[in-house]
Amino acid sequence: MKNLVSMSRLVSLQMAKERAQLVPRELARQLAWTRREFIRSAAGVALGATLHPSRVLARMGIPIARRKVVVITFGGGARDQETFAPEGQENIPHLMRELVPQSAFFTHVSNRGILGHYVATASLATGVYETINNFASLPPESPTVFEYFRKELKRPASDAWVVAPSNGFNRIGESSHRSFGPGWGAQVILPKYLLGAATSGQGDYGHLLRDSYETPLYAPELSGNIFELEQLEAILKLSVADFRAHARTLSSPDELSVYIVRQLMRKFAPSLLWVTLHDIDIAHAGAYSLYIEGIRRTDRLSAELWKTIQSEPEYAGKTTLFILPDFGRDSDDDAGGNGFQHHRTGDVISRTTWMMALGPGIRPGVVYDRPVDSIDLVPTLGSMMGFTASLSMGKPITEIL
Amino acid sequence: MRPEELKPEQFGGYPPEARRLALDYLETFRRLPLGFLPNLLREVIEFDFKFPVERRLLERELANLRSLSEQDLRVWFREFTEIKLSDSLEKLNWVTSPAQFVEQLSAHLWATHQMDAFRHAALGYADKLHAAVAPEPPASPRFGIAVIGQGVDVASETLFRRLRPYGAYFSAVNPENGLRHLLEAVAARANSNPAPYAHWYIDGGEQPPHASGVTLVSYGAMEPVRAALLARIRAETQKRGMGPEALRTLMAQLRPVDLGMVNGGDAVLNRFQIKLLTEGSGTQIFSTSFVQWAAREALRRAQPLTVLARFAPRQRQKPMNELLSPSPEQVEMDPAGSLMDADMGAYYNWINQQRLPGSEKSLFLAWFENHKEAVAISPTLPRGTFSTEAIDLRGILSWMT
Repeated sequence: MKNLVSMSRLVSLQMAKERAQLVPRELARQLAWTRREFIRSAAGVALGATLHPSRVLARMGIPIARRKVVVITFGGGARDQETFAPEGQENIPHLMRELVPQSAFFTHVSNRGILGHYVATASLATGVYETINNFASLPPESPTVFEYFRKELKRPASDAWVVAPSNGFNRIGESSHRSFGPGWGAQVILPKYLLGAATSGQGDYGHLLRDSYETPLYAPELSGNIFELEQLEAILKLSVADFRAHARTLSSPDELSVYIVRQLMRKFAPSLLWVTLHDIDIAHAGAYSLYIEGIRRTDRLSAELWKTIQSEPEYAGKTTLFILPDFGRDSDDDAGGNGFQHHRTGDVISRTTWMMALGPGIRPGVVYDRPVDSIDLVPTLGSMMGFTASLSMGKPITEIL
Repeated sequence: MRPEELKPEQFGGYPPEARRLALDYLETFRRLPLGFLPNLLREVIEFDFKFPVERRLLERELANLRSLSEQDLRVWFREFTEIKLSDSLEKLNWVTSPAQFVEQLSAHLWATHQMDAFRHAALGYADKLHAAVAPEPPASPRFGIAVIGQGVDVASETLFRRLRPYGAYFSAVNPENGLRHLLEAVAARANSNPAPYAHWYIDGGEQPPHASGVTLVSYGAMEPVRAALLARIRAETQKRGMGPEALRTLMAQLRPVDLGMVNGGDAVLNRFQIKLLTEGSGTQIFSTSFVQWAAREALRRAQPLTVLARFAPRQRQKPMNELLSPSPEQVEMDPAGSLMDADMGAYYNWINQQRLPGSEKSLFLAWFENHKEAVAISPTLPRGTFSTEAIDLRGILSWMT
């Protein structure tokens, strides 16, 4: 026993118990505070509470009609302890070193809706907590940001796109709301569906076609306004052969999505582009290593997309990038769940996330710990791009307007 | 139907002992709110297949409910009575199929934004029950063992990071006969404290060796059952109208005999093993997920005194359709990824053990199989310490007790 040498304790069960005794609002605040302090110390950024709104700075000189927005949902649900906590930063080196110092970082974003990926992403895109069946092929019930954007600003269909995993996201571009009707939504590309069609199930593409982690044993059939195979050449100017050949060089479905996003940016330069990443959700299979691999890949792909934005003439200097998870995952402390594997308990850890915004007019390297809501994104985009999200239940985030 | 309308004949489809229990407490059931009762019946209907500890706990919970006055009941269930249910839920046959009711109740709670309220009500009930019905202390301190890293030469990441703060880390363990020493320790505990389902050996690989008084579960031994289940899933998902929720309902109804397990033998253990595959996520395809979930469920349900969980390499990740349709070719394994999965799994095993009564005296040992690293947690070992002294596992075991 005398050979045992003391070392510092990182965490303790007592801390976990104390945390469990906090009421949800206190716990959410503590989580956000911890995230803030870590971001401040690790990335060397400032607190934003006392700063003036950033509209006084820049985004000047960019006519509202030329502004572009790219939204990345850091999808699949990732917890702080594997990302924005001291022990998690090794998994997100690109966010920590490259993107956080350039961004306005919101430490306390709450999702008060249903914690299923399709319905949560639909809520992000409508600014209303949707209640549609997460596993059914249904459109959102409230108008989407794409419909507000296109109808009010009279933008063509080519100006709003969604690139999404194929597990039910095919209807996310357009709502069933009667005030908008068909034809005002975003075009939706499901890269895995596209690749499946392009390869007809032949060849070694299986690693890119993994699907539907939330229901690991079941993948729904597709229907709705999806991007047809024949449009691959007509619209993206990609031959099926080239697409297949490039796909061979990729390692995951999200890499395939980012490849398609780049093609869209070059061919159409849409003003509103939404990409939902999803590799992280492999966590539902219970393999921690694959979950971590998904986080590291999502971190890298997010940074690569920001570099693409800065290098593409149509985007450089006039694009705001938003990165935010749809929600988190269950806490290790909640006996009702199984830690990282699922997001079923509805506990505070799984509901409290973060958001970063980068681009002209955004004050870089600032941390805001005011609580915001995940449905605040749509009215914020409206204020930024010049349309009114009249039916959204969220409020514009003034700090970045 | 409302609980107050319950009739004895409605329990005719329950297994014999469950029916007897239900009829004994019929009056009590009639006094409980519908937002709560089906959750209780979900436990009652499984009574014949429950472990001894579970049976005792359920009987004590029911006895406590029967003892409550009308005023007590109002206090205990006020929050449950405030949950608004739909007409369609009330029309469901929640007596015969309580699990299906609970599944639909869950969807209803999410969709109507009542999940937080229900969660609060459930936690409050658990606290009151915990205070009213004292937990059973274990006959001797519990002992959890996790053996991880089978087939790995060198760990690429630091092991036991999450466990080390709670115990002593050993870096010079003599691995010779390590597994044998641990099996002997388990056998000795089974001999000194014999009780049904009190001592478990769970293996992610082949059929474990026979040991008297030890409950044996292995991924390898479940191979024919897993194959039958995967074939069933493939067949069902190709049927028209089959969705993820319907598939989950169907899987929950499967019995051991439906998947080729012969009648006779240990009906309780057979049912437990089937549930690992039909209710677990990833347990059907990844051995690491199987071992972690099996240990979690054994601890939660059987509250054993001893659990030795030995993780084995899982198969490499592939598209879900390939994982569901294993080819006769050699399965490619992922030992390095499996080590990372098992490292997290060991931590979860310890957390789940600590949720049980007597946690302040419980013991836990995690060992990197055939290597020199181990971590031991015990009241006799100071937390957050390490030892570089040469020692074998028998030596560590002696330090722990």
